[in-house]
Amino acid sequence: MAAMTFETRQRLLISLRISLMILISAIFIFPIVFMIVSSLKPDLQLLRDSGSLLAFVPYGDISLNNYADAFERVPMAQFALNSIFTTAASVAASLLLNSLAAFSFAFLKWRGKALVLSLIIATFIVPFEVIAIPLLLVVNSLPWLGAGGIEIGWLNTYHVQIIPFIADSLGIFLFYQYFRDLPDELVEAARIDGANIWQIYARIIMPISGPILATVAILKFLGMWNAYIWPLMTIRSEELRPIMVGLQYFFQLNTAWGEIMAYLSIVTIPVLIFYLALQRAFIESIATSGIKG
Amino acid sequence: MTTAAEARKNAPLWVRLLLPKDAPLYQRGDAIFGWLLALPALLVLTIFLVIPFLMAFVMSFTNQRLVSPNPTEWVGMRNFERLLTIRAFTLEPERDESGAIVYDDDGSIAYPRLRNFTRKNPDYPELNGLREVTSWQAGENRTVILAADVVFLRALINTLIFAGVIAPLQGGCALLLALLLNQALPYINVFRAIYFAPVVVSMVVVSLLWRFIYDGQNGLLNTMLGIVTFGSFQPVDWLGNPYTAMPALIAMSAWQAVGFHMVIWLSGLQTIPTSLYEAAGLDGAGAWQKFRYVTWPGLRNTAVLVLIVIVIQAMGLFVQVDVMTRGGPLDATQSVVFQAVQRGYDKQDIAEGSAISVVLFVIVLVITIVNRYLTRDKD
Repeated sequence: MAAMTFETRQRLLISLRISLMILISAIFIFPIVFMIVSSLKPDLQLLRDSGSLLAFVPYGDISLNNYADAFERVPMAQFALNSIFTTAASVAASLLLNSLAAFSFAFLKWRGKALVLSLIIATFIVPFEVIAIPLLLVVNSLPWLGAGGIEIGWLNTYHVQIIPFIADSLGIFLFYQYFRDLPDELVEAARIDGANIWQIYARIIMPISGPILATVAILKFLGMWNAYIWPLMTIRSEELRPIMVGLQYFFQLNTAWGEIMAYLSIVTIPVLIFYLALQRAFIESIATSGIKG
Repeated sequence: MTTAAEARKNAPLWVRLLLPKDAPLYQRGDAIFGWLLALPALLVLTIFLVIPFLMAFVMSFTNQRLVSPNPTEWVGMRNFERLLTIRAFTLEPERDESGAIVYDDDGSIAYPRLRNFTRKNPDYPELNGLREVTSWQAGENRTVILAADVVFLRALINTLIFAGVIAPLQGGCALLLALLLNQALPYINVFRAIYFAPVVVSMVVVSLLWRFIYDGQNGLLNTMLGIVTFGSFQPVDWLGNPYTAMPALIAMSAWQAVGFHMVIWLSGLQTIPTSLYEAAGLDGAGAWQKFRYVTWPGLRNTAVLVLIVIVIQAMGLFVQVDVMTRGGPLDATQSVVFQAVQRGYDKQDIAEGSAISVVLFVIVLVITIVNRYLTRDKD
């Protein structure tokens, strides 16, 4: 047999590599495909199909009935609205608070700044799990000015799901890193032109901070949308429950596979759509969060 | 003309407090605005992070409960002693009057009952209340490991095993994926996006989904193993068997997060200059030698980072356990955080939950210090 030319061999290697990459892709998407396909099938067919590769094929009695049933079983629309509200509110507030603090650290001179900044960076290593239980005691004794005057205790409210998370040390640090790398002349020139500090923040710095705003927003969005332990501990009533905790209704429901798959799909598909649309930004944001410290 | 120092001395108190010593007086606006802008975030962090963190330490030395008729008291190290007491104890065989070893009906050596030593035996006060964790035969004697809090010890050991296995597994797989993708090929971004996709899916969803994959009767994993082995594979109840439950959790967790670490490896790979590979190629280095002598040395810091991040995340193991196994079967998947939540929240024993949290924090702190030491600047 004649020796393969360099080019043929190279081409063969590349197609081998691509086949391998496609095979590995199957490992990563099969549960997601299984989830979406199953959510469209009636329970009996779903059980029968899971004994073969038909589990991944949308065929037979395909319908949205599972979705209708899941909506009927739990107040899913309410859960979804709660999640959208708490997530949107925390993303907006955290962008404002974290960027303001980081702006102050990066551009303004005040006493104690270095110390405070290093304390903030030190809090990176406190896992949320460590503080969850004492945090429960803290929020349980905080006052809130409600419609009926001052009330003590934040349990079972919207704000207990939002306010503890509207500032975070990672967010501050990411903004700070970004601001620090901006040229000093930007701020100096604005000052000479007589801009005040608020104008420098709102008119000069914020408009050129798109990438870092996206990063912090994506991280907060994922953290809040996927929040589980904290709302599980603090929320009792259905009207306030976020969508992820609503999954609990299905934990012990071992018969209604189709409905569970429908619910899982509803929780996951919005995130996946966001992710696919903003893929590069998502991957970069999450990678940055891993390289902190 | 007044000097800067005099001007400072005559300035109002807040200026002297907030303005850095070396800053000119006209920057006092900066000083107050600096504080004002940082204040909201600092308040939130103080109330919802720093204070609870300090409370965890304080409460771990008390007997506080969420609701209790009795006042909270200081109990010193008692919570930690209970969690961490471990003793090895050697049981000697039963002997008859002549000193010969007594054997059971089934031929194994007979030992005195452990509870003779652990139930208020005045000769063994240090063993009082302890329970057996594990034991093994050593010669004719039997060594027994005893602990005051067997479930917590199991949880601690499980969590360390989880972290110790998942770190090389997930880190290694992530590196292989990164090497596979680190090529100028079409559609690389598509594959990167696919491998990364599980990272954005909530762990609750992933866990619930994998309950179906691991199911003993209709589970997809059994189905697929049956197909590749042409039906000779015996179905396993992956989460119901104490030997497979923890490996099942490890495999799923690695599947979910491997894309994350792949991206970190990829950014590490991109910092290695291509000129190094070209030089190695000119020197006749093959693919393996290029990896061994160019790629790997260039990835040293990335490797430490990846391992540390995985281990720290692994120490927080909770959602998988909560959704999939609730610590079972036979405590095979108990984890530290699951125990902290069970005791601190479900049983409302805040002091004990806090003590477990403090133990977790100390472990994470040690890991972080080791990390700083390994990645310190050499000069």
